[in-house]
Amino acid sequence: MSPTNIITALYVFALAAFLGYQVISRVPPLLHTPLMSATNAISGISLVGSIVIAGGTGPHHSKVAMVLGFIAVVCSTTNVVGGFVITDRMLRMFKRRETKK
Amino acid sequence: MNWQTYFIEFSYLLASILFILGLKGLSHPETAKRGMHMAEFGMMMAIIGTLMHFEIVSYTWIIVGLLLGSTLGAAMGVWVPMTAMPQRTALSHAFGAFAAALVGIAEYYSYTHGFKPLAELGQVKMGAMGFEIMLGSLTTTGSLIAFGKLQGIVPGKPLVYRGQNIFNMTLLAVTIGLFIYLIFVPTAVIPFYVMLGLAFVFGVLLVLPIGSADMPVVMSLLNSYAGLASAATGFVLGNNVLIIAGTLDGFSGFILSILMCRAMNRSITNVLFGAFGSAATATAGEGEQGTMREVSMDDVAVQLAYASKVVFVPGYGLATAQAQHAVRELANVLEERGVIVKYGIHPVAGRMPGHMNVLLAEANVPYSQLYELEQINPELSSTDVSVVIGANDVVNPDARDNPSSPIAGMPIIEVDRSKSVIVLKRGQGKGFSGLENPLFFKPVTGMLYGDAKDTLTKLVGAVQHA
Repeated sequence: MSPTNIITALYVFALAAFLGYQVISRVPPLLHTPLMSATNAISGISLVGSIVIAGGTGPHHSKVAMVLGFIAVVCSTTNVVGGFVITDRMLRMFKRRETKK
Repeated sequence: MNWQTYFIEFSYLLASILFILGLKGLSHPETAKRGMHMAEFGMMMAIIGTLMHFEIVSYTWIIVGLLLGSTLGAAMGVWVPMTAMPQRTALSHAFGAFAAALVGIAEYYSYTHGFKPLAELGQVKMGAMGFEIMLGSLTTTGSLIAFGKLQGIVPGKPLVYRGQNIFNMTLLAVTIGLFIYLIFVPTAVIPFYVMLGLAFVFGVLLVLPIGSADMPVVMSLLNSYAGLASAATGFVLGNNVLIIAGTLDGFSGFILSILMCRAMNRSITNVLFGAFGSAATATAGEGEQGTMREVSMDDVAVQLAYASKVVFVPGYGLATAQAQHAVRELANVLEERGVIVKYGIHPVAGRMPGHMNVLLAEANVPYSQLYELEQINPELSSTDVSVVIGANDVVNPDARDNPSSPIAGMPIIEVDRSKSVIVLKRGQGKGFSGLENPLFFKPVTGMLYGDAKDTLTKLVGAVQHA
């Protein structure tokens, strides 16, 4: 990482933190459980890092790293898919008025 | 840059924007679903983009991993009952953090075993990597312990011993010491693995002394750590979408931790190191209890049937008894008789933020009937009957009246202001915190013992005949 990259990364981090604070403080307590599972699914984006490692980058890619990457892919995908499915399931249940069956 | 790199970077940018818009949608139940679909689309684009990565040598393990993870995730997503949401969330924190830790370990291994040029492993990168691995590992084991406590595999009572805080602090200090050493000497492989091991152990020790009643804070905190571990991964890999998504997750957890602590009038350090629920019994039992008044099913049914306003206050007991549908049935019967029904929800009721809302929504309770603490309190003096279902500390008047109580200053739902209070409770025992609750001894309160689901179902019949 070059110094400019580090600074850029810190900018991104700081701005994301402010933005996150603004966006998330508006979420009502009603939706705090879906919020937690949604952010969980979203942070499963670390999957993109795991994918590259599991795919064995570089000319002399390491087998150990690939195995670790593979496990990470499984964990992250479970979070992404499970997180989104559950969030959807929960949000479908929130209704303003009761629906007569 | 070739076209693939542009495509990948563009997909990441798109994903970042869609994630933020998705979370923005969560500010209202009406827009939440659309928001999530945007976030899902963003995720898909980011994954497709990544698969274009020109460095990828073999797709076999990627595809196997994606398929295996999707199957596991979908199975969990479809079959986990709403009452088990806290456990599922704890487990997903563990998965997320473990993935982050593994990526860090894989990177470290590649650098120190000659697969990547060691010269590229500067102090900043090693710092980010160490942070990622430390936070990732301790969150993994911490979340697994939280999962065990919520699932009932690990005892929910705080596990304490003498000198625990000193021991834990020393362990943490050693771990951080190794981390700092590694920043300057990245090639020190043995200290690296010792640090890794200690971080795993620290996670276990961090959560073991925390009681079940404090789980909402712990869950939020672990959420925050898991997010920050992901953000650190972003720093290691130089990937902006990872930094953004991880930071959003980290801050979301952080904000929730603060909200939960505020709802208990306690500081985060107090939750983490206070081992609440073990020492607390000392101040309880000051002798002003008196007797609890037990009421009969029919008596309660009559009270409810002829009330004009009823407020239900659910707690974790509602989840353990799976009584959410039974409450809804009772509310239906009451509403048919023209009774106004509302639900008062304390922020820390249950085992994770928003737990009760989700359970009641599952039972088809419209969210317009779910009221927050500040909204329901002014209404309680005009309420005829408050029904407390498996809640204890969140309605404990000691928090308001007794400055020497361990929960003094915690905002409560003031059910004792309503004309009558019915407490549905499994037995005469104390709550999870081990605190005596003066509410149960007030003249206005009637106790109705038994399994909440069973009692509520019987009440439905009794109200219909009243």
